[in-house]
Formats: sequence, C-alpha cells, structure tokens
Amino acid sequence: MEQLNAYIDGELDSSLCKQLESHLETCTDCQVVLNTLNKTIELCRKDGRETTLPPDARQRLLASLGLDDDAQQEG
Amino acid sequence: MSNDNNTQTVELTALQRGDRGAFALMVDANSDQIYRLALKMLGNEQDAEDVLQETFIKAFKNIHRFEGRSKLSTWLYRIAVNESLMILRKRKGITVDIDQDFETDDGELMPRQITDWCCLPEKELMSAETRHAIDQAIKTLSDTNRAAFLLRDVEGLSTQEAAEVLNISESALKVRLMRARMALRESLTGYFSDKMQSKV
Repeated sequence: MEQLNAYIDGELDSSLCKQLESHLETCTDCQVVLNTLNKTIELCRKDGRETTLPPDARQRLLASLGLDDDAQQEG
Repeated sequence: MSNDNNTQTVELTALQRGDRGAFALMVDANSDQIYRLALKMLGNEQDAEDVLQETFIKAFKNIHRFEGRSKLSTWLYRIAVNESLMILRKRKGITVDIDQDFETDDGELMPRQITDWCCLPEKELMSAETRHAIDQAIKTLSDTNRAAFLLRDVEGLSTQEAAEVLNISESALKVRLMRARMALRESLTGYFSDKMQSKV
C-alpha cells in the first residue's frame, strides 16, 4: 500500500515504478484498488473545494477583526 | 527569488508595519481555504467560523514573529489546524477512529473491499447523497489523519508543506495520508457497493 500511495503521488522510485506497473498489468485487484483510491481522492477534493465562506460569515469575520471599512476600500 | 516570494515579501513588510489594507487583503486571499479546512476538520459551521476568526486574530498579533521562511498561507494553515485540534480535544470521545478496520495483525494495511465503482456515472459520483457520504467518511477519520488528508489531498499542499503545518516529518505525514486515503476508500467502496447492489 505504501508503494501504491507513493505511485499516486508520483514519488515512487523509477525502478519500483516499472515493477509496480508491470504487476498492475496482470493484477485486477490492485488495478481496482489503485483506480478507486485515485477516484476517492478526486471526489473528496471536488467536494471539499466547492466549499466557500458564506457572505454573512465573511462580514462577521471582517467586523470581528475591525476590518469592515478597509475591506470595502480594497474591494 | 520567484514572483510569489517577491509578492510575499512586499505583503509581509506591509503586514508587519501594521498596514490594515494589507491585512484585509491577506484575510480576503486566505479566508475561503481556512474556513474550508476548519469546516472539514470540525464538521460544524459555527466552530469553523470561530477557528477562522481566531486564526486571523492570532496572525495579526503574531505577524512580527513570522520570518517568511514558509509561505504565509502555510503559517495560517498551521494556526488553523492547531485551533481545530484544540476544539476537537475539548470534544473528546465524539470521533470514532475507523483506521484500524483494515489493519492486519502485524500492522500492515490491507484493502478489504475490491469493488470497481469508478464506472458509475459522474452525476451519481457527485450527487448530494454521495457528498454527504464523503463528509461522513471524512468525519470518522482520526483527527491527525484527517488533517493530513485535508492539507495534502484537498488543499493541495506539497508533502513538505503539509508536514510543516502539522510539525511532523515527511515520512510521518505519508503514513497518516496513506491511512486516511485507505479508510476513505473503504468507506466509499462500501457506500458505492451498496448502491450498485441495490440496482441489480
């Protein structure tokens, strides 16, 4: 699993990379684990990155920092 | 020095001079990601807002100590993660660590479920119900593994940056990240397998 994760991050040593890739060609289970791991990361990233600070929370933040006027000037 | 570093040096000089406009710009540039991280760490909007405010209050008070050796955003993430972990420690007992579920007796991590759900249609992979399942799966990670995963895989920090935020070695970060990814994959595989079976 350590190698699979390093492979996903592009951090696997090139000789190990070749070994893993040739193993993947014949091992369906490992292919499935790799594909679902990649998809898991992709889905979590997509889901997470769509979260933004709601406008009313932003106003409260700026007010709590005493920056409401400065933010309006910058904007 | 890269353009990014030049920009940061200019910003830092202004911030350390107490320039309110520069501080407002820093808040604007970083508030979305700090809120997002806190929300996923804590699973509660009010707590995430508290962490967000506290992060910038602490940044404002301590900006003179920041030496600019890391990115400003990395430093802010570090404050936010520490604030989030403090809240989680106060909540003790609420989180359930599922990371051990697929550990063998000798401590090796092994995937349990081998179902290929990547072929499901995109609208199903990103439905509201799936997003809820993703959020639930992230919540059940241990606090430290969740932080590693959010920083590296959601926020896109490098291994070095994420390790720096958590004040751990890169190898420790990689272990936490691997455990988090494995646990999330197991959770989502269980979720999608049920969906696929219900269609048969």
